[in-house]
Amino acid sequence: MTEITEPDVTIDSKDATCPGPLMDLIGKVKTLDQGTVVELQTTERNSTTDVPEWLEKAGHDLLEIEEHDDHWNIYIEVN
Amino acid sequence: MHRIAIVGGGTGGTVLANRLANELQPELESGEVEVRLITADRDHVYKPTFLYVPFGKKTVDDARRPIEDLVDRRVSLTIGEVTGVDTDTKKLTFADSSILAYDQLVLATGASLDPEAVPGLAEGGHHFYGPEGAEALRDDLAEFTEGHLVLSVVGVPHMCPAAPVEFTLMVDDWLRERGRREDVDITYTYPINRAHGLQSIADWATDLFEERDIDFETFFNVDEIDPDAEVIQTVEGSEMDYDLLVAIPPHAGSDLVTDAGLGEDGWVDVDKHTLEATNAEDVYAIGDIADVPTSKAGSVAHYEAGVVADRLASRARGTVPTATYDGKTVCFLEAGMDEATFIEFSYGEEPFVREPSKPLHWAKLGYNESYWLTARGLL
Ligand SMILES: Cc1cc2nc3c(=O)[nH]c(=O)nc-3n(C[C@H](O)[C@H](O)[C@H](O)COP(=O)(O)OP(=O)(O)OC[C@H]3O[C@@H](n4cnc5c(N)ncnc54)[C@H](O)[C@@H]3O)c2cc1C
Repeated sequence: MTEITEPDVTIDSKDATCPGPLMDLIGKVKTLDQGTVVELQTTERNSTTDVPEWLEKAGHDLLEIEEHDDHWNIYIEVN
Repeated sequence: MHRIAIVGGGTGGTVLANRLANELQPELESGEVEVRLITADRDHVYKPTFLYVPFGKKTVDDARRPIEDLVDRRVSLTIGEVTGVDTDTKKLTFADSSILAYDQLVLATGASLDPEAVPGLAEGGHHFYGPEGAEALRDDLAEFTEGHLVLSVVGVPHMCPAAPVEFTLMVDDWLRERGRREDVDITYTYPINRAHGLQSIADWATDLFEERDIDFETFFNVDEIDPDAEVIQTVEGSEMDYDLLVAIPPHAGSDLVTDAGLGEDGWVDVDKHTLEATNAEDVYAIGDIADVPTSKAGSVAHYEAGVVADRLASRARGTVPTATYDGKTVCFLEAGMDEATFIEFSYGEEPFVREPSKPLHWAKLGYNESYWLTARGLL
């Protein structure tokens, strides 16, 4: 793991179907301070495109998308 | 005696109790089994009626019937609020501190509305998801002749994912009928990057919105509302002015569930096929309170009730339960004041949206009337 992927907050949305993971992320980001690094765990492939699109719209940073055998970890920095 | 307790006399709980009365008729009559339905409200409420209240097509009284009239006489009925579930000792506690023991338990307590979760929403927004909200909206809509009407889906998940799209298409048609549409701008907003969670409904709704001159905004997550200035602020940093805001408020599960350790966020964690609670033995959940990957819809509660009735009856008789739920969901969708469509899907399937028609609108209204037979377990 690189330094970037040391999260302050982890959201486990594994097994939630679309748009569950994205909604979990949006709900959480609302409550977080600028600079917080969030790890979103998801088994939903759509999250790998929906989440970056939302980050762009909402003005947060996408740090990395890590692919695992059965899920993805998406790393985000709150702005 | 084998004691089955069902908490919640809405769609799921009522259908389940009546199904069990049929399936376990001999055991109930010989006193080997008891089916007890516990519900907080003396009336059973059929919520889909509320969609028609703002347009003056139904009243909130049309949505209510005494639960006593709907439940088979072999079911023991208790009117009372359950305040605690102890799944280790298998006991329920009531608001009046009395206690009831069970052998098998089903939670069917539904979802509740939580407008307070968004600052300004309760003061600034209308909704049609409950009796008072639907009546207040009816009164304000009747006087609303010009300006910006915004339908905003604030909470996801919410009951009946179709209802916000239906309301938007209905209000467009209703205003046209009244000759007011040209003086009213309509905007529909949704939290994710399309108009609905299901792609096929999103595509269908987007085409209709464009055809009918309804604006829509996606990635629109309401952060707060200023009721005096009539402005919505979003998490994404945008602002929208409104003159009449119809909002689908955030929904909440139940503290009962969290306190009992059955699900962290208030919805019961269940196996999506057996509907058995993940964290406790002999506990099931059906309807809106169960966390399964499909819509919070009455049809879901209904089909789940059928499956759980079979499983409970098998257990009561000492046989191995085999019935499972495959996620079957059925919804009628109004596409205006006099046409509707219909969808049907199971877990992991994308529904096919048919061309809206008048017969399907009449089928939806017909179903709403015959619902009382459904609740009785006859349909
Ligand atoms: C405007 C609107 C339109 C809708 N349209 C449709 C539609 O067209 N098609 C469709 O399929 N679905 C529709 N729905 C959704 C449908 O109404 C719900 O999904 C359905 O009612 C869920 O059933 P349920 O049994 O889980 O809960 P409910 O029907 O909500 O019943 C819950 C019951 O539990 C009781 N209760 C709660 N807590 C306790 C407690 N602690 N102790 C005792 N009792 C308790 C309540 O009093 C209530 O009787 C619509 C909903 C709304 C709001």
